Amino acid sequence: MTAAAAPDTRTLADFVIGMADNDLILAQQLGKLCGHGPNLETDIALTNISLDLFGQVRSCFQYAATLLGNGATEDTIAFLRKEHEYRNVLLVEQPSLDFGHIIVRQFLYDVFHHLLLERLQFSADETIAAIARKSIKETAYHVRFSADWLVRLGDGNDESRARAQAALDHLWPYADEWFLPTAVESAAAAAGIGADLPSLREPYQRKVAAVLREATLELPADTHFRKGGKQGIHTEHMGYILAEMQSMQRTYPGMQW
Amino acid sequence: MNEAQTTSLEEVFNRRIDAEEKIEPKDWMPEKYRKTHIRQISQHAHSEIVGMLPEGNWISRAPTLRRKVALLAKVQDEAGHGLYLYSAAETLGISRDELLDQLHDGTAKYSSIFNYPTLTWADIGAIGWLVDGAAIMNQVALINTSYGPYSRAMVRICKEESFHQRQGYEILMTLMKGTDEQRAMAQDALDRWWWPSLMMFGPRDDESPNTAQSMRWKLKRKSNDELRQAFVDQTVPQAELIGLRIPDPALCWNEERGHYDFGEIDWDEFRQVVQGNGPCNRERLEARRAAHRNGTWVREAALAHAAKQADRDSLRKAI
Ligand SMILES: [Fe+2]
Ligand SMILES: [Fe+2]
Repeated sequence: MTAAAAPDTRTLADFVIGMADNDLILAQQLGKLCGHGPNLETDIALTNISLDLFGQVRSCFQYAATLLGNGATEDTIAFLRKEHEYRNVLLVEQPSLDFGHIIVRQFLYDVFHHLLLERLQFSADETIAAIARKSIKETAYHVRFSADWLVRLGDGNDESRARAQAALDHLWPYADEWFLPTAVESAAAAAGIGADLPSLREPYQRKVAAVLREATLELPADTHFRKGGKQGIHTEHMGYILAEMQSMQRTYPGMQW
Repeated sequence: MNEAQTTSLEEVFNRRIDAEEKIEPKDWMPEKYRKTHIRQISQHAHSEIVGMLPEGNWISRAPTLRRKVALLAKVQDEAGHGLYLYSAAETLGISRDELLDQLHDGTAKYSSIFNYPTLTWADIGAIGWLVDGAAIMNQVALINTSYGPYSRAMVRICKEESFHQRQGYEILMTLMKGTDEQRAMAQDALDRWWWPSLMMFGPRDDESPNTAQSMRWKLKRKSNDELRQAFVDQTVPQAELIGLRIPDPALCWNEERGHYDFGEIDWDEFRQVVQGNGPCNRERLEARRAAHRNGTWVREAALAHAAKQADRDSLRKAI
């Protein structure tokens, strides 16, 4: 990567936080499913993924907290922002309507996440590179898990194919937002810290198409892609996720747990 | 097989148990031994997975990332315990599906403690400390039980349970070092969970049948009342250490016995919860049924896909 001027600390912190917000919201959604899955094996596997993602979030937020100073901690970043300050993409806040939606949401994110980490492991920022190197093996497993399940559901029986296809139709419009860089992401990319996001679109679509072929599923035609999460303009689901996640910190401010 | 042959097999079987030998799945065993073990191991497995629900209730609201990750990992451990235990039960010739059906249709039992609600974050501490603590008391004895697969499952499970217990105690310790509001939250949790935890050891010895047989098979090494006493003796000093008050006016140290004396359990409440009238019996069972029902199409899809794969494989080999 070619290095331009290093971004200021605030921009770097925003970049790290924005990247981890996707993991935070998805991990939060997966954590809620624990104990309610189709069987013990899927419960254990989805919990593993949730734990991996929370681990990545903690590394990122701890780093961001040192950049921000002023008493910031991983928990003030995770729990004490307003909704419009969370920069996750809209996909990860979409509801867990059934196991089909859970798997499609996971798969669409995992493929992007893995491509992103492949780039970030060479980030000019040592901490980001180290976090990416550690996370990439976990994320490769996530892709395998969600792709395998997508194939099982798509190429399973009539009901499962219909459900998987419905979930894909519903969620595919959310699978492009991450390629549109924000000002922060552009600055990070220019400095060799972040990834050139638009260049990930082609390998992303290729990987998705390959798995969908095996799953005998089809992308919906004429998709109007949704965006806004990275600007802090979320869907109606986000408020409820945060209300629940933040409830203790909001009810009992400033306490140690 | 005639009666004399069965008798001699049973004598050999009993001698092996008395000599602390493990009974393995392929070994001959009396039908009553098999049935009793299926019942006990599956009850234990059901308790692990129903037990995921009250704690799972706080995963989305855990107050910090560190606590959230620890709780998530704990609930995941319980799923793992369920998995080992269902596998151990399966070695006795029954399938996990059959066992789950028994749970869902209400014929199988699980530990009544999980029919109490988790109302505050402190309940997560109280469950780890008291409920996992009581479970350890019961389970450590089972490490030496006669049935090999059950005994080996217990070794792994007990290690994790003692970690859970320390983690729960640490949650309460942190609350007791916090604000007045946090201390009140911790005390309230103990007030609600203390008596149900003592009930986990079951009825009093004079009302507990079957003990002699279970002792012989090492499914039980100490009586309900002995285990309950050991739990009280262990737990009271831990409560005092962090400034929690045990909600029992009759509790006091008995110098002569070398044990704590404690008050009488509300046995009517105990019976009500066992009979299905606890605060959350319906919710717990319905949550399990809903998970299973909503997952039916997923499990069927996985089977259908595996069958297609097998067909394709054999086709490929045939070419
Ligand atoms: Fe357990
Ligand atoms: Fe446990």
